[in-house]
Amino acid sequence: MLVTFEFTYILILLFISLALSMILFFLGYFLMFKVAYEDKLMGYECGFDPFGNARGEFDIRFYLVAILFLIFDLEITFLFPFSISIMSMTLASYSIMLIFLIILTIGFIYEIKKGALDWS
Amino acid sequence: MKNILQIVLEGGLKSLIVIIGLLIGVAFATLLERKVMAAMQKRRGPNVVGIVGLLQPLADGLKLVLKETIIPIVADKIIYAIAPILTFTISIVLWSVMAVGVQSVFASINSGVLFILAISSIGVYGIILAGWASNSKYAFLGGLRSAAQMVSYEVALGLIILSIITYAGTINIQEIMENQNKIWFIVPLFPGFLLAFISALAETNRPPFDLPEAEAELVSGYNVEYSSTGFALFFLGEYANIILMSVLLAVFFLGGIVHNKILGAMKGVSMLCSFIWVRATLPRYRYDQLMYLGWKSLLPFALLIYVGVISMVLMIK
Repeated sequence: MLVTFEFTYILILLFISLALSMILFFLGYFLMFKVAYEDKLMGYECGFDPFGNARGEFDIRFYLVAILFLIFDLEITFLFPFSISIMSMTLASYSIMLIFLIILTIGFIYEIKKGALDWS
Repeated sequence: MKNILQIVLEGGLKSLIVIIGLLIGVAFATLLERKVMAAMQKRRGPNVVGIVGLLQPLADGLKLVLKETIIPIVADKIIYAIAPILTFTISIVLWSVMAVGVQSVFASINSGVLFILAISSIGVYGIILAGWASNSKYAFLGGLRSAAQMVSYEVALGLIILSIITYAGTINIQEIMENQNKIWFIVPLFPGFLLAFISALAETNRPPFDLPEAEAELVSGYNVEYSSTGFALFFLGEYANIILMSVLLAVFFLGGIVHNKILGAMKGVSMLCSFIWVRATLPRYRYDQLMYLGWKSLLPFALLIYVGVISMVLMIK
């Protein structure tokens, strides 16, 4: 029962901070005077008029990093239960966890050798 | 048994205390940064507004609020508004489980570390959305860089945090602080502390890893199109995260805030000061160097430390 109360507090904090930040943002938006003309509302591009599509293309390596992150973040999520209950672990479960880590490391070495993390 | 009104009232009051305390903390953290940097460069720093410049952050905040909000025509208006609101909200909610003492915590949930890891991951969305919604090349590149950087260093930081909870045997923040009664975790886990410090710098986009804000190439990164309160929200969120990271490092490695609150606060402030020290000392990394450091140095080392810690704990048992 106690735990549910604590999460209720977090929910209340979430709502209050959400309300506060929305008030702040829209206060600045609605209260202050606005003088709008085209040049001012254009995207910033070092003095030039913006040309081309800003979201056209980006480096594929950002995508690769994101995929690698998915794998390793999942790994961390898997390791969490093991780490907390380590006091009730045996040698067998330890070696299974080592095998899991070794498989991941082999994959990681493969990624590096393939050049997925070469940025220059 | 409490009734709902009581819970809401209590929660609301406690929330207000957390938010006001956090905002004051952020305001003076910015002043601290400018003062410490000035002292390191033999300058005076802000000293005009108030006594020795103590009111400078308030004046800065007021100035930002009085500015005009400009929303670019090409921007996605709704996402453009959501991004700073999300960033600021997340950075406040993160503080709900931060214990400032063994008994004094806003919400004493049993899995505080997990909560912090989970919620801080959402922070990346604010940056990605800001970069995307601005529809400007600089903002887009800055957002991408920032997201890739935070994501890369989150892995190393996560592995170090795993080592800590393995060593402490709990994911409750208060219990982690209590477990350091005999010896601070910085002593047995010193390499982990170094890695965590570097990762914390990169996680919060601090120099020398402030690539998203590299003025010379990207002007200001993902928040280049934001002005007025939108920018202020990003700024507040960023500094709240920096303070959170320094307090987190103090809690995980320096024994946290156990009996003496002043001493505990000094641990957090000393971490904050070393963040500033690093900023005043080191030049900025290049982006490929940053990625190499994150993936090819920190990650293997963090894995090694983790394997070492689980082996050690099992051997002691």
